[in-house]
Formats: sequence, C-alpha cells, structure tokens
Amino acid sequence: MDIPYTVEPREDTGLFNAKVGIWLFLASEVMLFGALFSSYILLRVGSSSWLYGAAKDLSVPIGTFNTGVLITSSITMVMAWASLKLNDFGKFKLYQGLTVLCGLLFLLVKAFEYYGKFHHGHLPGTHTFYAIYFTLTGLHALHVVGGMVVNGYLWGPGARLWETDPERFTNRVEVAGLFWHFVDLVWIFLFPVLYLL
Amino acid sequence: MNAQDLPAFKKHIRTYIGVFLALLVGTLLTVAVSYVHFGHAGNITMALIIAVVKAALVAGFFMHLVSEKRSIYTVLGFTAFFFLGLMLLTVWSMQDHPDLTVPVVSSAPAAIPAHHVP
Repeated sequence: MDIPYTVEPREDTGLFNAKVGIWLFLASEVMLFGALFSSYILLRVGSSSWLYGAAKDLSVPIGTFNTGVLITSSITMVMAWASLKLNDFGKFKLYQGLTVLCGLLFLLVKAFEYYGKFHHGHLPGTHTFYAIYFTLTGLHALHVVGGMVVNGYLWGPGARLWETDPERFTNRVEVAGLFWHFVDLVWIFLFPVLYLL
Repeated sequence: MNAQDLPAFKKHIRTYIGVFLALLVGTLLTVAVSYVHFGHAGNITMALIIAVVKAALVAGFFMHLVSEKRSIYTVLGFTAFFFLGLMLLTVWSMQDHPDLTVPVVSSAPAAIPAHHVP
C-alpha cells in the first residue's frame, strides 16, 4: 500500500503530509530554543559578573564569517529546490552539494572556535556565560549535523527517487530545506546575542 | 511546472537572490551597529530589531511563509502565542525582587532526638 499524501495535498490541510509534519516539528523546535533563550536571559540578568566584549574571548570576524556561510547555505538550499521545480537536476546536484559543503565549513569554523576556547581554559564549567554559550551553540551545531545528514542523503543515494517519482523527491527537498532554513534562522539570533551583546 | 508558470517562478528566484543580499547587508549592519554606543538597552534593541527583520526575510521568502496555507499559519499562531508566553513569563520572573521572598533565618542545628542512635 502506498503512503498517502506524499505528493497530492490533503483536503483538510491543503498540503502534502510531510510539510505539515515538518512545520509541527519546527514549532516544537521554536519552544526548545525559546526555553534556552529564556534561560540565557535569566542567567544574564541574574549574574553579577557577566562577560562583555573582549572578556568573552569570542572573535566577531569569525562569527560574522560563519553567519555569512550559513546565509549562503540558505540561498543554495532554496536554489536546489528551485532547480528541481525548473526540471534541472544537474543544477540541483550543484546547489545541494554546495549546501552540504557550507554546513561542513560552518562546523569546521565552529570546531576551530571551540578548540580556541578549550585551549584558553574556557570550559562550560568555567563561567555561566560559557555554560550557556556551549549549550546554545552545541545544540545548534547538532542541528547543523542533522541537516547535513539529510541533505547529504538527498544529494547522494536519496536522489535516485528523482528518476521514479520526481514530484515526491522535490517535496522531500523542500521539507529538508525548511529545516535547514530554520537552523539558519536560529543562528541569526544566536550570533548577536552571544557575540555582540 | 507549466510553461506559463516559468516567468513567475524565475521572478521568485530573483527575489531569493535579493533576500540573500539583504541578509548579508543585515549581518554587516548588525556588527556595525554593535560598535555604536546607544546605551545598554539601546544596543540590545537595535540588534534584536535587525535580527527580527532578517528572520522575517528567511521565514517569509526562503520558507515561503508569505504564501503559505492557512493550516500552517494556525500552527505558527499557536507557536507564537506560547513562545511569547514563555518570554513574558521570563520577563515577569525578573520582577521577583529578593525583598519579596522569605528571608532565610540562620539558627543552631536542631538537637538530635535521644532515641535516634545510629
């Protein structure tokens, strides 16, 4: 028996099922990161020795560069989906591959930053700021890894679906893209909150 | 995709590129503004305003929320309600001044009952 509503929209929602599913999942993700952001606010307001500016030992140029990398990955992701809509599978492979590479570059830069923190003795237990910094950026990095696994699958073995059911494959890429854009969206708030303020 | 839909879709792609450039400019603006002194609250407000605009661009255009179905708006409406509730509770809890809490009274340790011999 075929799974229903993978391509055709349901009568009640007007959408294919996976799209409703990913939005419900993203709604739960908003609350997850929301809880951590509220923890950040309480820890910051309640601290008598919060770290500001250079005392944080965070590089603004590196953070800015990584923000640019994630934004670039968002445009390549949406272009990958648009390429499938335009029936151009070759361009999809190019843009999807670039999205995965951008994710990898982001993680490498983050690992470099983490190494610097550890090297200077800035551990989660050292200061409240580093506790929330590592929690927020670590959870975000895990989301990047998850997105890369899915996007990598759709770029590689999962792309075979294009030959048999192109519309369903396009929908899968759209759903993976929604998750990826959400990861970008979270970073848009994390960057100023952790690096600049 | 139908042939008559192609020009409209290519227009969407131009919009995506415009949003991408706006996000890059927004990022540089966030950094630049952080070096201008607007006061503590002013800097936080400026950074959050730019972040909200950038997030709206990503959600609106890359995630297609500008032209989404009603069911998704309903889900997001509930999400926004609970998210705002969470943040307002956080702000509310910051008004819980220590002088309103019960002070801890230091006292000598209670005597151990005679029959309590380990």
